Amino acid sequence: MKRIVVGAHYGLRDWLVQRVTAVIMAVFALLMLFIVVFHRPEHYGAWSALMSQQWMRLASLLFLLSLFWHAWIGARDIIMDYVKPDGARLAVQVVVVLLLVVYALWSIQILWGIY
Amino acid sequence: MAKLRPKYLNLFEIKLPIPGIVSILHRVSGAGLFLMLPFVLYLLQSSLQSPSSYILFRDLLSSVLVKLLLLGLLWAFLHHFAAGIRYLLLDIHVGTALAPARASSFAVIGVSLVLTVLFGVWMW
Repeated sequence: MKRIVVGAHYGLRDWLVQRVTAVIMAVFALLMLFIVVFHRPEHYGAWSALMSQQWMRLASLLFLLSLFWHAWIGARDIIMDYVKPDGARLAVQVVVVLLLVVYALWSIQILWGIY
Repeated sequence: MAKLRPKYLNLFEIKLPIPGIVSILHRVSGAGLFLMLPFVLYLLQSSLQSPSSYILFRDLLSSVLVKLLLLGLLWAFLHHFAAGIRYLLLDIHVGTALAPARASSFAVIGVSLVLTVLFGVWMW
């Protein structure tokens, strides 16, 4: 069995994912800025009505999932730079992955649980 | 004579060039945004869950501590955003010569700081 434990076999994919998710987040952030500045949802009714539209839920979820995937790549790069012992590195990376999965599930609960 | 390894560098003796400062701030701001994710999701949840949680959300936003935290987060977001766009441009070979790379580094730091201050003034 050929096992590659080092090397950049996932490097190009992650490099690309980091950039694609960045562009998705940038577009959504500018869209949100535009909506908030022009519609000014200043009370609960307007804010929840805006966020509970189906396209807005899906766009927000796309933004948040992009954020979590982007955060995974960035966090992993930082962990690889500073946490040298293999066991500790693996442990920290597992914690980060679990946190991001929980955040993703929590995001779905938030977006589809609007009153 | 054998060289002494590993070598420990004194971080406070190293003078980073301005693109290097943008780079380390990109990392610091990204790490800060990651660490604050649960707080941001909690704010989003309380703003949307119900009319009563929305009141809690408005109360939270009126506290000085939360305002300061949000300003810090906003700076981190703006710096990460601006530096990220600079990196995307560098990826497609825009502004890679020394002078434009230095100028865009100053712009990234300046724009994110100015926008953070302006938002802070508006918020208070």
